[in-house]
Amino acid sequence: MTGTAFRLRLAARGVDGITLLVLPALLALVALFVYPFAFGLAVSLAPKAGRFYANYQTFFADPFLRETIWNTLKLALPTTLLTLLIAVPVAFRVRLMRRQRWLTTILLLPMTLGTVLVAQGLLTYLGPRGWFNRGLMLLHLTAHPIVLTNNYWGVFASLLLTGFPFTFLLTLSYVSGIDPALEHAAATLGGGARARFMRIFLPLLAPGLAVTFCLSFVQAFAVFPSAVLLGAPAGSTHVISIAAYQAAFERYDYSLGSAIAMIMGAVQLVIVVAVLASRSLFYRGPVGGTKG
Amino acid sequence: MIRDNGLGGRLWRMAVWAVVVVFILNLLALIAVVVVDSFSTRWFGTWLPAGFTTHWYSDAWDEFQLTDILVATFEVVGAVVLISGLLGVTAAYAMARREFPGKRAAMLVFLMPLLVPPLTYGIPLATLLYRVGLGGTLAGVILANLVPAIPFVILVMIPFIEQIDPRIEAAARVFGASTTSLFLRILAPLLLPGVLAALLLVLVRTIAMFELTFLTSGPTSQTLVVALYYAVFASGVRAGQEVDVMAVVYMVTTLIWLLIALRFVSPTQIVSRAKQQST
Repeated sequence: MTGTAFRLRLAARGVDGITLLVLPALLALVALFVYPFAFGLAVSLAPKAGRFYANYQTFFADPFLRETIWNTLKLALPTTLLTLLIAVPVAFRVRLMRRQRWLTTILLLPMTLGTVLVAQGLLTYLGPRGWFNRGLMLLHLTAHPIVLTNNYWGVFASLLLTGFPFTFLLTLSYVSGIDPALEHAAATLGGGARARFMRIFLPLLAPGLAVTFCLSFVQAFAVFPSAVLLGAPAGSTHVISIAAYQAAFERYDYSLGSAIAMIMGAVQLVIVVAVLASRSLFYRGPVGGTKG
Repeated sequence: MIRDNGLGGRLWRMAVWAVVVVFILNLLALIAVVVVDSFSTRWFGTWLPAGFTTHWYSDAWDEFQLTDILVATFEVVGAVVLISGLLGVTAAYAMARREFPGKRAAMLVFLMPLLVPPLTYGIPLATLLYRVGLGGTLAGVILANLVPAIPFVILVMIPFIEQIDPRIEAAARVFGASTTSLFLRILAPLLLPGVLAALLLVLVRTIAMFELTFLTSGPTSQTLVVALYYAVFASGVRAGQEVDVMAVVYMVTTLIWLLIALRFVSPTQIVSRAKQQST
C-alpha cells in the first residue's frame, strides 16, 4: 500500500522505472571519471614534500613548467580560430552544393589518419627534402628549404589538419540548420552578401560557433603525441600535457603529475566558460524559421 | 539560391574554393607520401623512391606482431562499443523522456568528460587502475576508454530519441503492448539508425584515442595507435618504411569504418538533429 503510494509520488516527480535507466551510465562515469578526478585532486594536494600546495607552487615557480601553459595556448588558440575561420566560408559554399557527400567525405578523411600517420607524413612531406619544399623551390618561391618540422609549425600544421574535419562538420550542420527563407527575405529587402552574413547569419550562428570553438579547442589543447613527434618537445612545443606526462610517468611523481593535470583542466575550463558566457551576448532563439 | 554575381562575389567564391583545393592537395600529398614510402626500397632526396617493393608489409607484420596488436585493438574497441552502447542508449532514453530531480547534475556528469582533456582525468585514472591491479591490462584499457565513449553516445542519442514521437509508444501501450514487445517492435527499429551512427562514431574515435590507451596499456594491451607511437618514438631501431606500413594499416582500418558510417548517415544530420533540439 505505502509502497505504491511512494512509487506514485516518485512518479509524479518524474522518477520511475525508466528514469532508473540513467543509473548504470551515471554510476560508471562516477566511478571512472568523477572519483578519479577527485582522487587526482587529493593526490595533487599531497606532495612528496612541503605544504599541501607545494606542487602548485613548484609549477608556477619553475619557468620551464609555467611556460607550458603559454606554449599550449600559443598552439591551441590560433589553430582553433584558424580552423573556424576556414570552416565558416567553406561551409557556406558547401551548403549550396548538390553533391555534398563527396566533398564532405574527402574533408573528413583526416579523421581516419590518426596523429601518428599525420606526424609521420608531415615529417616526410614538409621536411627539408620533402615534396612541399621541393615544390616551393621548383616554383622559385624560395631558394632554400623552409624548416617546418621539429618546431612550432610542424605541430601547427598537424593540429590544423586533424582539427579541421571536426570543426567543419559541426559548422556545416549549424549553417545548414538556418532557414534559407531568412536569407531570401534579406535579399528581397536589398541586403548584399556582406550585409546578409553580418546581420542575419553571424548573429544566428554565434551560439553554434561558440560551441564549435569550445569542442575544437578541447581537442587542440590536449595536443600530446604530435607535439612530441613533430615539434620540439623540450622547447617551443613543450606543452602542458607533456609536462604532466613527464612528471607522472617519467619521474614517477604522481602528485606533481596530477597537479599539472588539474592546472591543465582548469585553464581549459576557464577558456570554455569564457567563450560560452560571451555567447549570451548574442541573439538566442529559433533559427529554423517562423513555424517552430 | 541567391547568387552574388558581382566581381567581388566571384573573387570571394574563387578564394574560398582555392583554400579548399590547397587543403585537399596538401592532405592527399601527405597521405601519398606515407603510402609511397611504405612501398619504396630506398627514398632519399628525390621526387620518387629508387624502386618499389612490398616486402616491408610482411616484415612489419612479423616485427611489430601486427596480428596481436590488431586483435587487441578490436577487443578493446569491440568491448567499448558494446558497453558504451548499452549504457549510453539506456541513459539517453531516460534523459530524453523524463524530467527528474538531479537531471541537470547528471547532464553535467555526462558533459564534463568531453570538455576536459583526456590527460587531465587520464593521469589520476591510470594511477588508480594501477593501484587496483588493472593497469596495463586489457580491462584497464577498456575501462579508461569508456569515459569519453559513454557521454558521446548519450549526447548523440538524446536529440535522436527526442525526435521520436512519444505518442507512438503511448499508442502501442494503449493497444496492450508489453514492455518487451514495445521495446523490440517499436523502439528498437526506430532507434537503430541513430544507434548505429553513434556506435560507428564511437568506434572510429576509440581506434584513434591515443592518450587514455597510452596511459593505461601494458605490453599485451597495446592498441594500434599506441604501438604506432612507440614505433615512431624508437624509429632509429626500425626502418622508416615499416612505420609507414603500420600507419597505412591504421588508416585503412579506420577508413573502412568511417565509410560504413557515412553510408548510414550523412555526417551533418547527426549534429543538426542536436541543433534542432537545442533551439
